Amino acid sequence: MEITAIYYLIPSLIMFACGVYGFITRRNMIAMLISLELMLNSVDLNFVVFNRFLFPGQLDGMFFTLFAIAIAAAETALAIAILVNVFRANNDIDVRDICKMKF
Amino acid sequence: MESLGSIITYWVIALAIVVFSILAVTSRKILRSATYLLFALFATAAVYFKLDYEFLGGVQIAVYAGGIVVMVVFAILLTTKPGENSALLVSRSRIRGLVAGLAALVIGAISLLTRCELFVSQPAMSNPDMKLIGSTLMGSGHGQYLLPFEAVSILLLACIIGGVVVARKR
Amino acid sequence: MVTSAILILTIPLLMFLFLGLAGKYLPHKWAGILGTLGMGVTMVIAYTVAFEYFFSGNQSFIDAAGNRLQHVVFNQDWLNFYDRLTIRIGFLLDPISAMMLVVITTISFMVHLYSNGYMRDHHGVWETGFQRFYAFLSLFSFSMLGLVVATNIFQMYIFWELVGASSYLLIGFYYTKPSAVSASKKAFIVTRFADLGFLIGILVLSFYVGFYGEGNITDAFTFTSLTSVPVEGIADTYQVSEGTASMIKNLFTGSAAPLFMGASVLTWALVLIFMGGMGKSAMMPLHIWLPDAMEGPTPVSALIHAATMVVAGVYLVARLFPLYLMETAALDIVTVVGALTALYAAMVACTQIDIKRVLAFSTISQIAFMMVSLGVTRIDHSVALGHEVHEGLGYMASMFHLFTHAMFKALLFLGAGALIHAIGSNDYTAMHGLRKYMPITHITFLIGCLAIAGIIPFAGFFSKDEILTACFGHSTVWAIWMTVVAGLTAFYMFRLYFLIFWWKEHKIPEGHHAPHDQPWTMSLPLIILAVVSCFAGFVPFGSLVTWNGHPITGSGFFTNLENLNWGVAAISLTVAVVAILVAMKMYKEENPLPARMRAALPRLWDWCHHRFYWDELYQFITHRIIFGLICKPIAWFDRHIIDGTMDAFAAVTNKASYAIRGLQSGNVHMYVWFYLIGALLLAAVTMICVL
Repeated sequence: MEITAIYYLIPSLIMFACGVYGFITRRNMIAMLISLELMLNSVDLNFVVFNRFLFPGQLDGMFFTLFAIAIAAAETALAIAILVNVFRANNDIDVRDICKMKF
Repeated sequence: MESLGSIITYWVIALAIVVFSILAVTSRKILRSATYLLFALFATAAVYFKLDYEFLGGVQIAVYAGGIVVMVVFAILLTTKPGENSALLVSRSRIRGLVAGLAALVIGAISLLTRCELFVSQPAMSNPDMKLIGSTLMGSGHGQYLLPFEAVSILLLACIIGGVVVARKR
Repeated sequence: MVTSAILILTIPLLMFLFLGLAGKYLPHKWAGILGTLGMGVTMVIAYTVAFEYFFSGNQSFIDAAGNRLQHVVFNQDWLNFYDRLTIRIGFLLDPISAMMLVVITTISFMVHLYSNGYMRDHHGVWETGFQRFYAFLSLFSFSMLGLVVATNIFQMYIFWELVGASSYLLIGFYYTKPSAVSASKKAFIVTRFADLGFLIGILVLSFYVGFYGEGNITDAFTFTSLTSVPVEGIADTYQVSEGTASMIKNLFTGSAAPLFMGASVLTWALVLIFMGGMGKSAMMPLHIWLPDAMEGPTPVSALIHAATMVVAGVYLVARLFPLYLMETAALDIVTVVGALTALYAAMVACTQIDIKRVLAFSTISQIAFMMVSLGVTRIDHSVALGHEVHEGLGYMASMFHLFTHAMFKALLFLGAGALIHAIGSNDYTAMHGLRKYMPITHITFLIGCLAIAGIIPFAGFFSKDEILTACFGHSTVWAIWMTVVAGLTAFYMFRLYFLIFWWKEHKIPEGHHAPHDQPWTMSLPLIILAVVSCFAGFVPFGSLVTWNGHPITGSGFFTNLENLNWGVAAISLTVAVVAILVAMKMYKEENPLPARMRAALPRLWDWCHHRFYWDELYQFITHRIIFGLICKPIAWFDRHIIDGTMDAFAAVTNKASYAIRGLQSGNVHMYVWFYLIGALLLAAVTMICVL
């Protein structure tokens, strides 16, 4: 059995689909954040796999992933800061309660 | 031809990715959800190791698994009352989620599987050595990443300040 | 010494900047003293320069044959458009500009001095904005001096607008008074409208020179290259193309000359340029702003609206005279406009009650005299009443009259200012019989009246006589016409004089002091100007200021007397004396004659008194025709069509956003859902297309 790129891409795709599902169904904002991380991670994985199997001589995919991880960390930190603030205001982090900005 | 150990490792990792991803988004206990995320991230790190990107795997574990998940757990502990479960989902929103997720899955799968012939190459694994990674990250020449590196540095700084400002009590 | 001429421009400019910026922090007294001193220094320099120009005999100013030359003191590139069009700022010294330097600085200095006394009330309290007043006076002096020394028509146009602006500022000096505000606006708008003609004229000329001719536009509009006066001192600053004047002549008057509506383009351009002059010099029908401009302080009226700015139109025609000579049709228009205006203004002046209005109409009439004088000038041999007329006499007479008129009209205005200052009203019915109370004003005013009436030996006699001689030399009809106007001039001036100083005993309103003469700052200019008005007529203008620099008379003190055309002089003197006697009969003692005359000619009196309803006509044209028939439909179109379209866009956007605002539900899941579905659809489409 040859483990080619597709063998890695399919689990990654499932991970992404799980992220999508979770992001839409979850109401807890932290759970949404977790789904988001899943999606992001699956994309990172894709980069690495493509780099390894299609362009083995280069390192671009890997560095892209590296930066993506850094940015994800930043984004998560900020998101959590906002969440904590929301929690202070609403005593709750249900996403449905944050709708004051609608028309 | 892959060695048997490699094949077994692959299956374990693939299974872990799929199972923990699904569990992470379906578990009704938020803390467990975070734990499953941690495992999914570990599995991803394992993929990196398996593909011989050891540095990247290390980063994945240190930053993602070690940093982000811990932060998420902190947030959970800060914002959730003990013993609280996620609310039961109404069927409509679950259906919506299923539709979107399955659609993503199907479209992705079709586009991947119809291009299987692109993915037949089997290159030799080689671990990029640290010196190359370092010079690529810090070099300013062609194909080197000093500018994004600095940009990300500033982004992280802005993020730290932003996080403090946003979350601080007034 | 001549190089110091640049100070003539810089001192007033710096004084304007200084008083304008720092005046607020100066005591009133010092602002006045500084302004006056600055103008005094300017006057001394201008006198030196003019003296040097006229009398030094320097080779740069006069050639071996005794012709006066044009001298460019400096000429600086200012805007360089392209190689054929450069706008320069310079200082041109020639007979008329040197003469104007003297006139402007003298009158301006007198007015500066006079205003120290005029611009405060009887208790010595300074008027508000005193420093601002002096700043504006300096600005005006700077602009007017820059106008007369302009080396080219562009510079002249720039300063032309500057004098308009400073005139606007000074007319509206009492800007809290609605009538002053509307008068300043009227003056500005009317002269601006006229300047439009000036500008179009310049553009037409430059277009044809630049487009049809191969000539250099810059040179075509440089005054030194327009005249036939030999040019000295030019070569070292820049090269003048030879024969620019003849180039223009060929371009516009040759067989291939472009025509427009039956007249040559040159005629059109000159008439349009003259339109600018008509606006500034208050020629009919653009005269309506000048009587209203009397809302400004009286010294301003003396300086700007009697002596200097309003003669800018005459000066413009004189400057471009070589061009006008090429196209005598344009000169005929100048003559006709001038003659009509002269008669009109004289008739109106006979019926006005406000003394400043009388003087304003008198100014219009006298400027019209100058215009007519320019208009009848031809370079050929002509004969007036048996005596030969000197070549280009009209031009010289016009400049001469400009000079003498500036002196005696400034005197009359300053005298009127003294009267107004003493009485507190412009209305002569409040004055009557002032001769005992204000002797200095009385005597000086009388001298001014004699001068303007043209009584020998006062200044106006000589200049007016020469104008009439020039008219006789050109056409007897215009000569008789202008003689009648001269008689009317004498009549209305002495009507004014007798009504102010005689008529009946002065009645002092209760609780008022008796009117008395003014402080020395006001008397001194009156006395100086009166003396000048007595003797200015003997200035041998014929040897100083002529159209081509070639002297037409000798330079002795009695030259003007010797060269008198005694036939014309006898006619004009007789007419003037008769007119004065009639005025004396009617107005010296209180009698019913004026009222009876008015009753006998009610229609004529009404028309004159209402200035022939010109203002009403303008009101009708602007309000009924322009506003009512043109502006209103345009306003309607703007309000309903243009604005309506814009409003419709806004309304549609508003409605649409209200209709779809429900989508903005605040439900993040829905947003994500729509976004994802959209993204997936795009992916699916892409996939299908690629497969």
